[in-house]
Amino acid sequence: MGSPNVGKSVVFSRLTGVHVIASNYPGTTVGYTRGFMKLGEERAEVIDVPGTYTLEPTSEAEEVASRMLNTGDVVINVVNATNLERNLYLTLQLLERDIPVVVALNMWDDTRHRGIHIDLDKLRELLGVPVIPTVAVTGQGIKELVESIPNATLPDTLVRSRDERWTTIGSIIDQVQRVTHRHHTWQERLGDASVKPLTGGIIALAALASAFMVIRLIGESLIGYVLEPLFDNLWAPVILRLSDLLGGGGFLHDIVIGKIAGGEVNFVESFGLLTTGLFVPFGMVLPYIIAFYLVLGLLEDIGYLPRLAVLMDTIMHRLGLHGYAIIPTLLGFGCNVPAVLATRILESKRERFIAATLISIAIPCAALQAMILGLVGQHGVQYVAIVYGTLFVVWIILGIIMNRAVKGFSPELLIEIPPYRLPSWRAVLQKLWMRVYGFLVEAIPIILGAVLVINVLYFLRVFDAIANVTAPVVTGLLGLPKEAVTAIVIGFLRKDVALGMLAPLALTAEQLVVGSVVLAMFFPCIATFVVLLRELGVVNLLKAVGIMIIAALVVGGILNLIL
Amino acid sequence: MSDGRRITLARMQTGQSGTIVQIQGGHGLINRFNSLGIRPGKRITKASSMIMRGPVTIEVDRAQVAIGFGMARRIIVELDEVIA
Repeated sequence: MGSPNVGKSVVFSRLTGVHVIASNYPGTTVGYTRGFMKLGEERAEVIDVPGTYTLEPTSEAEEVASRMLNTGDVVINVVNATNLERNLYLTLQLLERDIPVVVALNMWDDTRHRGIHIDLDKLRELLGVPVIPTVAVTGQGIKELVESIPNATLPDTLVRSRDERWTTIGSIIDQVQRVTHRHHTWQERLGDASVKPLTGGIIALAALASAFMVIRLIGESLIGYVLEPLFDNLWAPVILRLSDLLGGGGFLHDIVIGKIAGGEVNFVESFGLLTTGLFVPFGMVLPYIIAFYLVLGLLEDIGYLPRLAVLMDTIMHRLGLHGYAIIPTLLGFGCNVPAVLATRILESKRERFIAATLISIAIPCAALQAMILGLVGQHGVQYVAIVYGTLFVVWIILGIIMNRAVKGFSPELLIEIPPYRLPSWRAVLQKLWMRVYGFLVEAIPIILGAVLVINVLYFLRVFDAIANVTAPVVTGLLGLPKEAVTAIVIGFLRKDVALGMLAPLALTAEQLVVGSVVLAMFFPCIATFVVLLRELGVVNLLKAVGIMIIAALVVGGILNLIL
Repeated sequence: MSDGRRITLARMQTGQSGTIVQIQGGHGLINRFNSLGIRPGKRITKASSMIMRGPVTIEVDRAQVAIGFGMARRIIVELDEVIA
């Protein structure tokens, strides 16, 4: 346990070998992860919990931490050595509990160049528990930390009041810490510049614009130079042979290969398991997943996101949120599932409802965005811009409406801003791999399942029936061919596959724009639906879904009229 | 050291330093401030403030904390003496 952004997750990874997402901002971890480590001859369970400043929680994430405390035998209290004083408050609270404690004095390497000197022996004596200096990112001190766990002690159990604790901390700090003056580093100057209105605004624009350009560059290069050639030159001949073997048609052929016209494989439109079923996840979505999470990981580890939160605070207040809600929102551009979970860093139920609803309506995930760039982008960048522009306007307007309509008020921003750090490539690549792996194991089965379901439903002519019933809305209101309803139905499983279903319909650019926006807004995909249910509860989920359906139809209808 | 002038953190100028003398608020708010190192007796420097009553950033104990404007009005600071 420890305060936010002290490196608990990195220590956990070091102890257990289980990798968890770690970043340079308070509130990265919102749930708990279990792992195992070897302790002498025994196997001991280790639990990584969210950061908390005190044992009196102020957010859902901190609540999780406090609850987990009661289940442990030993607490490893991770402390930021560069900020000993305020970290010790939680340490003292932990020492007052009936549970042995070891203190890991993390970021030990940072103390030296920050001019901070800590007398370890004195600190051990005053706290009465083992205190081990560590540098979790490099692994320094982890072995000693493990060895100290059996020596974890139960010191004085004197329960103090808040003011008594601060007095005690004051006296401890006086005895163990000495700070020498030193000059500001360039990171600190840049840090100051990024939270001032003018320079901060310029830095934010530059950061987001270059992030977007780098993502597109990496995504398009991977597709153009690696994945499309692979599919066209290596995989297409295999598919054609297989198509011959399966007799060139029939139910099985259509499920596995899909429709093949003129001896050429159209990976986007054929809709077989081995054609579109593989091309959508690997050939279209994966490149952007890699590109997005690489850039996000860098921004996270540098420590930029809390500064963006400060800049965005005034705007976010109009939407009933505060600046920190920008972090779950940005995560949503990767996948809405971790984004909805990350709303746990917000303090009130009201904020969580507004943030989660806005994310699932107006923030397209990387998979959907990859398809939008791939399909809508063929008609020109301006159409892609209309899709993003519309979603942005929806985000603002819906936020303003919810801020007025949902009872309560939004609390104010109060966050610690971590120093800028140079990210370690190893850590960034490891995090990237975890997220890409997560996509591979969680998304691909659903994508293949969706393609299978589509084929079976086509075969059973279920879609025709649905299309005829919903034609007034789909054709009349949205101006799409009635078959497009199949995409909306499949959007419940995967939005990338759903948008792919619009490809064979030969839509105009305007119709594709309407289709993309409606698909993005209409309904959360099943994975997001499940976390929304868990995080918001049934009643609020139904409210959120109602808002989504109405908003999607209204916005789709308006777009159809004006385009 | 101090010139005895007391103003709220919200009204401090960027770059000004001072010592916190009082935090006006309930138990919960004071606890949250305390856990970020913001307590009476602490020296702080205002690092920045956003336009349109946006958050205020301060430096306390070599760390930076961003505070919403409304909260910043509840922190009373005694300004350091300025050597002209």
